Amino acid sequence: MSANSTAVRRKRAATAGFHLGAGALSLLWLLPILLVLVTSLRSFDDIAAHGLGSWPHSFTLSNFGQAWSDGGQQRALINSLIVTIPCVIVTLALAAMAAFALSRYELPFRRALLLLMLGGNLLPPQILLIPVSKLSEMMGVYDTLPALIGVQIGFGVGFYVFVLHGFMRAIPVEIQQAAVVDGAGPWQIFWRIILPLTRPALAALSALSFTWIFNDLLWAITVLRSDTKMPITAALIGLQGQYVSMWNVIAAGSVIAAAPTVAVFLCFQRHFVAGLNLGAVK
Amino acid sequence: MAVLTAPDRKSPARTPAVGKRARGSRRTPPLVLAFVLVPLLAESVWVFWPALQGFYLALTKWDGVSTPQFIGLDNFREMASDDIFRSAAGHTVLWLVVFGGLSAVLGLAAALLLQQERRGVGFYRAALFLPVVFSLVATALVWQAIYQPDGVLNRVLDAVGLGSLQHAWLADQDTALYAVIVPALWRQIGYVMVLYLAGLKGIDPALYEAAKVDGASAWQRFRHVTLPQLRSVNAVVLSVIIIDSLRSFDVVWSLTRGGPYHSSELLSTYMYSTAFQSLRLGYGSALAVVIFVLAFGVICSYLVRAFREAD
Repeated sequence: MSANSTAVRRKRAATAGFHLGAGALSLLWLLPILLVLVTSLRSFDDIAAHGLGSWPHSFTLSNFGQAWSDGGQQRALINSLIVTIPCVIVTLALAAMAAFALSRYELPFRRALLLLMLGGNLLPPQILLIPVSKLSEMMGVYDTLPALIGVQIGFGVGFYVFVLHGFMRAIPVEIQQAAVVDGAGPWQIFWRIILPLTRPALAALSALSFTWIFNDLLWAITVLRSDTKMPITAALIGLQGQYVSMWNVIAAGSVIAAAPTVAVFLCFQRHFVAGLNLGAVK
Repeated sequence: MAVLTAPDRKSPARTPAVGKRARGSRRTPPLVLAFVLVPLLAESVWVFWPALQGFYLALTKWDGVSTPQFIGLDNFREMASDDIFRSAAGHTVLWLVVFGGLSAVLGLAAALLLQQERRGVGFYRAALFLPVVFSLVATALVWQAIYQPDGVLNRVLDAVGLGSLQHAWLADQDTALYAVIVPALWRQIGYVMVLYLAGLKGIDPALYEAAKVDGASAWQRFRHVTLPQLRSVNAVVLSVIIIDSLRSFDVVWSLTRGGPYHSSELLSTYMYSTAFQSLRLGYGSALAVVIFVLAFGVICSYLVRAFREAD
């Protein structure tokens, strides 16, 4: 009896210890986020009088308005969405097409092509920055959003081809043969059979690529110059310069910039985590 | 009846179709060919062609306006005597070791802690993972506020009696690089944790049972069961970390621009400022080639693994 109760007690202590440790860790991780939320709600006078690191004394929502309209966050967010949404759709569509062809048909050099496409995505972007900026000048799209959309699609597609290829290869060949027997062409096989079966991977990759493209800084500042064209991540750096030491506005801007990806994460958490693991080559 | 007759009607047509497939598998439907060629074209325009140009530009002197002037390996010779390059390379290696090492170790530790399916564990995992979805720029701004002279970090140090440690963390040459690594770590650990969580999930529980029966301690079980079983995940984490480290740019750029006095300069930031601020496009390309060479081994090993998987 007493051995039993010791075991119970030990188990309870272990549970308490676990929650204490994990809870403290989570709190430590969430603290910077809480801090930026609180800062975004403080008034400038409060920060000026008591210091950035003090307890808040007065709250206001006007920082968000200031970052949103005067700071140009509204326009930047629209730019971001104009870039991100077509990029996600087109990249995944192109990648699904290529993955379908490479995984379901005996194309010549298909493995070499697959690795070539993946290899392009693994290149350090630095080697591409100068030529890409010159290329977009030559094509007359420098400092326009289509240039950013183009480079994001071109650079991203290889990775998704590789992941979707792995996924589509696992679909049994008999399903496709049955469709061929019924007279289905490649388009019907792709659209009616393979694509619906790939939906989980596509969902995972959409959540993932949305955040990647939305959060990008480097490509944006490489092919864009005007402040009015910048997507939100690059605009945040502009905000930092515009509102030096007005931490309430900068914090509000950061919250605005992070909100869309946090929303995507909270809505599609499972897809998101699945996506990260899909990408890991074993 | 229709179901029965339909295959009958089609069966004569099926035989040649199958025969064709077996005979000439090289004859692919044009649509399928287009499916590969269109994405390949997109990647060629924006990646392969620019990459080739990048390698060529590394052998030139170019201001971006006049025609590039071929100078052979002079850019690389210049690097040998460029102090900023040398310190940037050193910082990049330090970044790789500190940022890479700590994110791997702490990510694995977090995964080990949070691998058990208990009540509330989903919340803890989400908390650690949340920063992964922030852009590095937003992350940087959050931490920049923390690091300010009147910011929270200095206040806390003061409150716990360590006031003498108060610092202008980002403005001090001795602390700037480390102050930049911390936010990057804050964001990376959750990502590594997710990779390890998936790896730990894949380990057969019977192995632990067997080790327990054999009287293995918790440490022995970790050392002789968990670690060997995680070998493939470790390889993934290693490549992810090295590729991410060499790409690290956003967080440094938004916190310090590589300063003060290049004390937090990485090869990636030095390359960017050389190319787009000093407009020395040839030398900038040469710096990019150095980054490529450093990443090359990892890219190759990643591709080799991918090749095996595609088999």
